[in-house]
Order: sequence, then structure tokens, then C-alpha cells
Amino acid sequence: MNITERESVVVRFSGDSGDGMQLAGNIFSTVSATVGNSISTFPDYPADIRAPQGSLTGVSGFQVHIGASQVYTPGDQCDVLVAMNAAALKTQYRYAKPDAAIIIDTDSFGPKDLEKAQFQSEDYLGEMGIDPDRVIACPLSTMVKDCLADTGMDIKSINKCRNMFALGLVCWLFDRDLNIAFNYLKEKFAKKPAIAEANIKVVQAGYDYGHNTHSSVANVYRIETKNKVPGRYMDITGNKATAYGFIAAAEKAGLKLFLGSYPITPATDVLHELSKHKSLGVTTVQCEDEISGCASSVGASFAGALAVTSTSGPGMCLKSEAMNLAVIMELPLVILDVQRGGPATGLPTKSEQTDLLQALFGRNGESPMPVLAATSPTDCFDAAYEASKIALEHMTPVILLTDAYVANGSGAFRLPNLAEYPEIIPPYVPEELKGTWTPYMRQTNGTRYWAIPGREGFEHILGGLEKDDKTGAISTNPENHDLMTRKRAQKIANIPVPDLEVLGDKEDADLLIVGFGGTYGHLRAAMDEMRGSGKKVAMAHFRYINPLPANTTEVMKKYPKVVVAEQNMGQLAGWLRMKVDGFCPNQYNEVKGQPFKVAELVDAFNTIINK
Amino acid sequence: MATYTAQDYKKGQPRWCPGCGDHFFLASLHKAMAEIGVAPSDIAVISGIGCSSRLPHYMATYGMNTIHGRAAAIATGCKVANSKLSVWQVSGDGDGLAIGGNHFIHANRRNIDLNMILLNNRIYGLTKGQYSPTSPRGFVSKSSPYGTVEDPFRPAELCFGARGRFFARAVATDAPGTIDILKAAYNHKGASVCEIMQDCVIFNHGTHDGIYDKAGRAKNAIYVKHGQPLVFGENNEFGLIQEGFGLKIVEIGKDGITIDDILIHDAKCQDNTLQLKLALMGDGDGFPIALGVIRDVEAPTYNEAVEAQIEEVKAQKKYHTFAELLETNDIWEVK
Repeated sequence: MNITERESVVVRFSGDSGDGMQLAGNIFSTVSATVGNSISTFPDYPADIRAPQGSLTGVSGFQVHIGASQVYTPGDQCDVLVAMNAAALKTQYRYAKPDAAIIIDTDSFGPKDLEKAQFQSEDYLGEMGIDPDRVIACPLSTMVKDCLADTGMDIKSINKCRNMFALGLVCWLFDRDLNIAFNYLKEKFAKKPAIAEANIKVVQAGYDYGHNTHSSVANVYRIETKNKVPGRYMDITGNKATAYGFIAAAEKAGLKLFLGSYPITPATDVLHELSKHKSLGVTTVQCEDEISGCASSVGASFAGALAVTSTSGPGMCLKSEAMNLAVIMELPLVILDVQRGGPATGLPTKSEQTDLLQALFGRNGESPMPVLAATSPTDCFDAAYEASKIALEHMTPVILLTDAYVANGSGAFRLPNLAEYPEIIPPYVPEELKGTWTPYMRQTNGTRYWAIPGREGFEHILGGLEKDDKTGAISTNPENHDLMTRKRAQKIANIPVPDLEVLGDKEDADLLIVGFGGTYGHLRAAMDEMRGSGKKVAMAHFRYINPLPANTTEVMKKYPKVVVAEQNMGQLAGWLRMKVDGFCPNQYNEVKGQPFKVAELVDAFNTIINK
Repeated sequence: MATYTAQDYKKGQPRWCPGCGDHFFLASLHKAMAEIGVAPSDIAVISGIGCSSRLPHYMATYGMNTIHGRAAAIATGCKVANSKLSVWQVSGDGDGLAIGGNHFIHANRRNIDLNMILLNNRIYGLTKGQYSPTSPRGFVSKSSPYGTVEDPFRPAELCFGARGRFFARAVATDAPGTIDILKAAYNHKGASVCEIMQDCVIFNHGTHDGIYDKAGRAKNAIYVKHGQPLVFGENNEFGLIQEGFGLKIVEIGKDGITIDDILIHDAKCQDNTLQLKLALMGDGDGFPIALGVIRDVEAPTYNEAVEAQIEEVKAQKKYHTFAELLETNDIWEVK
């Protein structure tokens, strides 16, 4: 047997929407992470729930990058492609490296399957230009049937286990310990032991098939684990990490967590996750619309909860009026926008960073609001925690931007110790102010006090109309409105945010790469690759977009060339031009709904350096 | 327990037009709250936008005068997050039934324990006189100079259609009638819709003329009371009986009709058929307009169910802190 040591490997599972590719991918990621590999995953699923079986539009993919040391992205292209049917091979082969190993289920390449996948002939490999030597072609469906023949399961249930055969085969290819997969399945199907057993049997069969049939031809890869950070880990998606961040923040602040939400892809998993955790007192309301999702959260905030509303771009359009109400009433609120492709319904399951300007400016009037962007699936936890902390301590709505890529992707998450996280202390109105307090009385940092209903002596009325700075009564006085507008702006400007960190060749870079949010991994990988080939490159990545870090101007102006790379048409670049005098960066913009490709970034950045 | 007077709930100087029905309603609300006796600090009054939505500014309680149409949604979050508060949602017919129609029906459907006040003057006042979703067909206004070509909502019908469990009606100028239904709304656990017939002296003066004064009500209204016969008239000489699928007006003492033949009002009846018939009377059909508590049926409230479910799941599940939540995942250790 050939065992090849690899620094990192990318595997892509693909098949019909109903083929269970996400589950197979998840288990493989968990197995790899459990042995200490670094992982980064990217589920790429179609917008249709169940497109016609075997059709090109119904293909679902799950890509995982596993590495001996830190991996930052799910990888541009895969080393191993699993294609469970003809349509998957047709649509997913473009994500495979030229020398990738390809695993196919020959049972799903019959004349009908080929027709549905729009192949012209039976020589599908020839049509795609695939070298047959790279293909592990196995009658996968038949073998699963044989394997489960004596279980008495019906054919439909048996076919549902095909993904586990593919998983077993990939586990063999990567020399993985099957017991970890078995434990996962036992846990997942704890209430259906027969299903668990059938799945385990099929995983083993897939593994054995690889071992027995292909041991002489294919490589077995081994990915060692380096640079371990000791600790206890779990696999976590961005959306789950976001939900956990809110739970942690509410617990730290000693407040009830309230989520008002309306289902919308790709944010719905946050609603799902939080709805599970009633044993922690989490209250979720699935509202009648996006407007109500935000409006009910404003009501919950007034009533004294850590209030959150989760959505994606189209939903944030609808929430904007109620968000603005929280601005003028100066109530804490977190608005989570898991960005997807737009405009309008756009590309609901795909990723973009096109809501940045909407987050900054998409409301009537002068409406300053802090904006944060999470940089990776695991960073969603810290970002949600920090967004909540800012909202509660500075009495303001805060927008947390993630995106479909970060939200659905996963990474190994080192279990956080909440005791090590900073305290969250809202500015509750002190009892001694009873009798003299008015709603817009401010602390020295410009934040008003929070008087939660139920406290005697602090009864007050807030509202969407401008209020008098001193009395809190409705005011249309011109000077007062000007003053209140400035005070609201100053309050946001006063929020302390950490300095922008520069990575790479801090002192002498020829090019500074600038980005924000979910593109961190790809930009980082591009920088590492360029530095590896001798280029002088640095990188500054924004998590805090409003207010901007204090050293923003200094960093933006320090390097001879700057490129702002983002998955929109230049929204961060525009924001920075507005805030940094005379700033005129190069731009790299892409809106394909897919993560950046590191190789394409490197090419583009090299062109900028060389020009 | 502390006792309160109407003064304890009062604040500021209302800025509604002289003669506006909102003045009358506000005075009744202050009195009703004093009679109910909940501390001002435990009350939240939440309105949208419009003339009547200014109301929270004249309350010495907690409250919000929010954005157009969203009062019910904001009140929902407030009540669900903090069910100890007595939450009053105040909207006009535009705020509550046009821009806020979706929240109105869903608050009723969910049965959130809100007291939902609908001040109905059948006009947009603050935007200076456009027809509203309760203006009658043919109504002439600035935005319908040739008359509207659409039918209005009948608030009771909308409330009942959304499975509303409480519906009551009063005329703004009728303080005892208003105080009665406000107290009943407070005592009803669940969404309680109170339609207040209110005059806009500037843009729709006289819209409730037939019932706006005591004499008019004696002729054109019927006060319904649970368990009491449905009688009306200046000397209670008329009554309602059921005939076929409908209601019929009869004169007591005529054609052998006695008080015992008169239909007894049942606000607690789950089936809302007859309650709806009562609620829809008086729309130019020769019947009197029903005032008082028309429907008042018990049902589980959303906010209580949310809390009960949390307690139930707390008892079932073994994790109650964030640290314990983490432990429910597949965890591996890197040494």
C-alpha cells in the first residue's frame, strides 16, 4: 500500500440533494478533527429542496479541507471528488484538481442518469476528459444492497445508506479510525438503533471495499497533526457558533435571551439552534414577518431582555424601520444579517458581502449603528458575544454581518471558558437618580441609562419622535434635533474597538491586502502563498466596520500599494475612501456567490504588485 | 396593596384637537387603571403612529410611542419577554388595521395577553384626512374625492376571523361603558380587542353621530351583558330573538313576546356565530349597535405557554448553563 504524507487534502462529497452528502461530509470532518487535524468546511447546496432526482440543478456538495496545520479555507479545488451520480460528476468535476481521485457510483451512470445529466454518450469520462486511471468506479448501490440484504430493510431505506459507503471508502483513503464515525452514528441515531447499525455496517463495507479492491492502485493519504493547541474541541458551524455567542452573552449579562425571527435562508439555523435551548431560558418567537421579528425584539429589549433578531439581506430591508426605532430610542438590540446573494431574492443559498452599505446606511435619517463582521465559522461566537456586549453596554442596536459561507461552513472550535470572557455590564440607571432621572441623561461616554419597566420611580415614555435632550419629552426644536443627532453619532464613535492588526510583512510590504468578514481565510491563504514565493505582502482584515479601528488611516496609508478585496462591487473600499482622506486603493471584486479562489487571488494580487 | 387614583396614571397636557374623542378615552383609561390598581411601574402602554398613538405620552407609566403599524408586534415582544408587565397596545384604525393589519391578526391568533385598544374614527387624522380601512364604501375624503370604491374592514369580523377570544366595544364619550370594557379586557387573559368609537372633529366629524351621546345610544345601541337578556330601547322595550340563521328585533309585550323569549347574551360561548352577529349589527341594517363585552372566552395564552414550555424543558433537560450546553456536543481532546 502506498501511503502518501500530505500537508493538507481537500475532499468534496457530491450527489443528489437527497443523497445525504452533507451528513457524510460532516462525519468525515468530525473524524478528521477528532484526530487533531485542522478542518474547514463548505456545504454548497442548491436552492431547491428536492429538485428532480438525478437532475443537474439538484446536486448538493460538501467540501472539507483537512490539514496537518492550520487551514484557513475549504480549499479552491479538491483532491478527492465523490460523485454519487452522473449529474454530480457533470457539475462538480470543475471543482476537482487535474490529478484528483474521483469516486463514482457506476450504478448511477445508467442511460437514464446520463440523459438527465445531459451526457451525449455512454463514454461520460471521455466527454469530461477524465483519465479512467484516476477513477475509483464501484457499483456502490449494488454493494449497499448486498450489504443490507439480510436486514429486512426496504429498498428506499437501503438506498439512503449509500452515502455511508462513500464515507467508508473515503475513510479508507485517508486511513481514518472508523470507531469515531461509528460513535457519531450511534449518537445521531440513538433513538433508532437499527438505523445506526445499518449505517455502521455500510461504512465498514465501504472501508473494506477500498482496502480489498484498491489497495494496490490508489494512494492512501496520511495527514499528521502539527501545531496542536491543546484543549477540548468540537466541530461548529458559523450559525451555531453565532447562536452560542448570544447564549453566552445573555448568561454573562444575567439577562433573558430573546430572539424574534422569521425563517430565511441562510440564517434560519440560528432560529433552529436557539429554539432548542429552552432549558437555558432562551425565548424564541417565530414571528409573522421580518418586520415583526425586529419589532418584537425592540419590545423585548424595552422589557429588559438581550434582544436579537436574525435574518438575511431581504429581511434586513424589512427590519430597517424598526432598527431605526431602536436607534432613536437608544435600546440594545443585535441584528444578525447572514448575507446572501442579492438583490431581491437573488441567490438565496449563496454567499456575498453585498449588504455592507445597507448595514451602514440603509435607514432614513442620520442613523449611526455599530457594524461588526465575523471572519470565520468559529469567530462567529466571539463576534456575536462582542456585538451583544456593545449593544448592551452602549444602548444601541448593533449589526452583526456574517455570510452564507461562514454561516454554513464549520471549523474546529476550542471550547470557550466563559469565565475568561469580559464582563457585560449594561448601564442600569442607578437608584439614587430616582426623581431627577430623565430618559436621555447620559454617562460620560455618551450612553444613556437603561430603566427597565417594573422599577418604581423610573416610569418613562420612549418613542420614534425626537426627544428633548433634557426632559425626554417630544421636541421639534431645531437646535435640540441637531444636538441629539450629534449625541447619537458621538455615542457610536466613542465605542472602543481594537486596533487593526497587520499580518505578514508589517514593515516593508509592497502590497497590503484589505478585506472584511468572511473572506479572512482566503485572503490569509493568498498572503501566505505569496510570501512563500518571496513576495512582500501584508494583510489587514476588518472585524469592526463601524466605528473603524483608530489606526485605520495609519495602516491604509503605510504601504505603497493597497488592494481591497471583497465579494461585492467595492463597498468596503467606498466606505474606507469616505473615512480615510485621499485613500485610493486597488480593488478586487467578485460576486459569484462562491468563496474566493486562493489561486485567483494570488494571480490578481501579483498583477497589482508587478504593475 | 397600594391603591391608586386616576391622577397617578396621568402625565402631561394632551395635544389633541379640542373635542377629539381621544380626550374622553384617555380620561376613562386613567380611571379604569386606577380601578384595576396595577402600579404604574408595572404597566407598559405601547402605541404606533397617528393621533391616538400619542396617548402613551399622557401616561405616567412605562411606554413607547413607536412606529407606524408595529405597536402590536412591539407589544408582543414586550409581553413575551416580561410577562409580569400589564401591556396595553393603543392604535388607531389606520395604524392597527391598515399598515398594522398583519400584526393585529397574529396577536389575536397567538392569543398574547395584550389589551389591544383600537380607536376607530374611520379616518387618517394626522396625515390630514384620507379614508381609512374602516371608512364606509363611497366615503369622500382628500384621497377619495369621488368616493371610495372599496369595502371597509369590520374590526370584530377581523378579530373573530383571526380566532380572537375577546372583543368589546364602547363609545369614547361613554365613560362608564368604556371603563367597563377596559376592566374586562384587563381581566381577560389573552388578546383583548376593545373597539372605541371615536369622533375626529376635524376630518370626520359626526361619523358616530347616532351613538355619540346618551340619547342617541338609548335609541341606536344595545348594551350587551353576559347572562342578561339582549334588550334595548329607551325603556328596554325591545329585544333580540333568534330567527332562522339570523337575529330579529321584537317588541316586548307585543304578539305575545315576553322577556323570557329574549335571547340571553353568552359572551363565554366558544362558538362565535351569534357573538359575531351581535358585533356586526347596526351597519345600516335597522339593528342597534352592540356595546359592551361581546366575546370573552378563555383560552391558553401564548406568553404563559412559552413560559410553561421553558419550565417543562428545563425539568427534562440536564443542561442549564452555557458550560453545560457545550458538553452536549461531540467533543475531542487535543493534548
